[in-house]
Amino acid sequence: MSFINYSSREINCKIVYYGPGLCGKTTNLQVIYKKTRPEAKGKMITLATETERTLFFDFLPLALGDIKGFKTRFHLYTVPGQIFYDASRKLILKGVDGIVYVADSQIERMDANIESFDNMKLNLDEQGYSLKQIPYVVQYNKRDLPNVIPIDELKQALNPDGVPDFEAAARDGIGVFETLKTVVKLVLIELKKSA
Amino acid sequence: MSQSAFVMHEEEYGEITAVVERLLREANAKCVYLVDKDGQLIASSGDIKEIDVTSLASLTAGNIAATGGMAKLIGEKEFSVLFHEGERDNLHISVVGQRVILVVIFDKRSSIGLVRLRVKKASDDLARTIQKLVSKMEAVTEEASLLEQITDDDIEKLFS
Ligand SMILES: Nc1nc2c(ncn2[C@@H]2O[C@H](COP(=O)(O)OP(=O)(O)OP(=O)(O)O)[C@@H](O)[C@H]2O)c(=O)[nH]1
Ligand SMILES: [Mg+2]
Repeated sequence: MSFINYSSREINCKIVYYGPGLCGKTTNLQVIYKKTRPEAKGKMITLATETERTLFFDFLPLALGDIKGFKTRFHLYTVPGQIFYDASRKLILKGVDGIVYVADSQIERMDANIESFDNMKLNLDEQGYSLKQIPYVVQYNKRDLPNVIPIDELKQALNPDGVPDFEAAARDGIGVFETLKTVVKLVLIELKKSA
Repeated sequence: MSQSAFVMHEEEYGEITAVVERLLREANAKCVYLVDKDGQLIASSGDIKEIDVTSLASLTAGNIAATGGMAKLIGEKEFSVLFHEGERDNLHISVVGQRVILVVIFDKRSSIGLVRLRVKKASDDLARTIQKLVSKMEAVTEEASLLEQITDDDIEKLFS
């Protein structure tokens, strides 16, 4: 849920990166952190296992500039993709304003993509949200690998609503900012509509 | 969106800051924060220079969310108070009015008993103010006009 502070003149919104284990959610945040000017970012927090799998969440606060004299701040979170961390995923979805669904383009990860996408819808429903009402975009990641599924097939399975979607190779920084910019825009447009 | 924004106004912000500052003094604390359950910092006071408050706010919310999840599993509604004891500094975390989280950091110049007592009093005051904010949010006034005025151009410019 966005937070508008008339006293400090700030608008805060929460964006969550969702997707199966190892699809590249944490990598997206790492790239954003690396390529953002120091004055526009806070510290990145990573709660991970010793093998660098997300355990609870990653957190990156960004300050994007002013709108009508209000500073806009976006809090980016990732969920843990591994199936057994479902309880944590539910907690992180609370208060979400926008979602980036990250898919792993590799053929052998298709089942994991679909399972994670269904899991996301279920967890949103459980909290009284619906994917239809929440601004979201889809990212097909790891396009640099040789064994990837054709984009059309991915679209059909993971983007039935035809929301904005992007091909990415997050590890090389490709597609990361396009994805972020679009979800930020959608969140602000939704905020405007809610008035 | 199924929920509208949480909106803070000048007047209530003043009240909240006053309560937070009074709590800092009366509890002999090092610093006091107020955070909403989604991890956004609402107010802070005390010696915060060397602490990253944005990070602290997000981890506090994560902490309350995680223990809240544990509470549900064992049939409790929520653990409304958490206490973490360190070698030097201690953390007292409590949920106020089901909506915001009050964090007090203190060392040996204070005590858990004193902190608990002062937090109780401050919580009542904060809960009243939060309630006022919630009623205002339901009434929806000035934020409607601010948000309506946002243009596509404003949004576009953020990225130029
Ligand atoms: N080839 C390739 N590898 C990638 C890409 N993006 C991420 N990776 C790698 O995939 C692995 C997993 O990436 P993470 O970002 O940790 O994945 P995650 O989605 O956060 O995983 P969980 O935390 O378990 O949910 C790492 O070794 C990354 O370097 C990409 O675009 N191409
Ligand atoms: Mg991760």
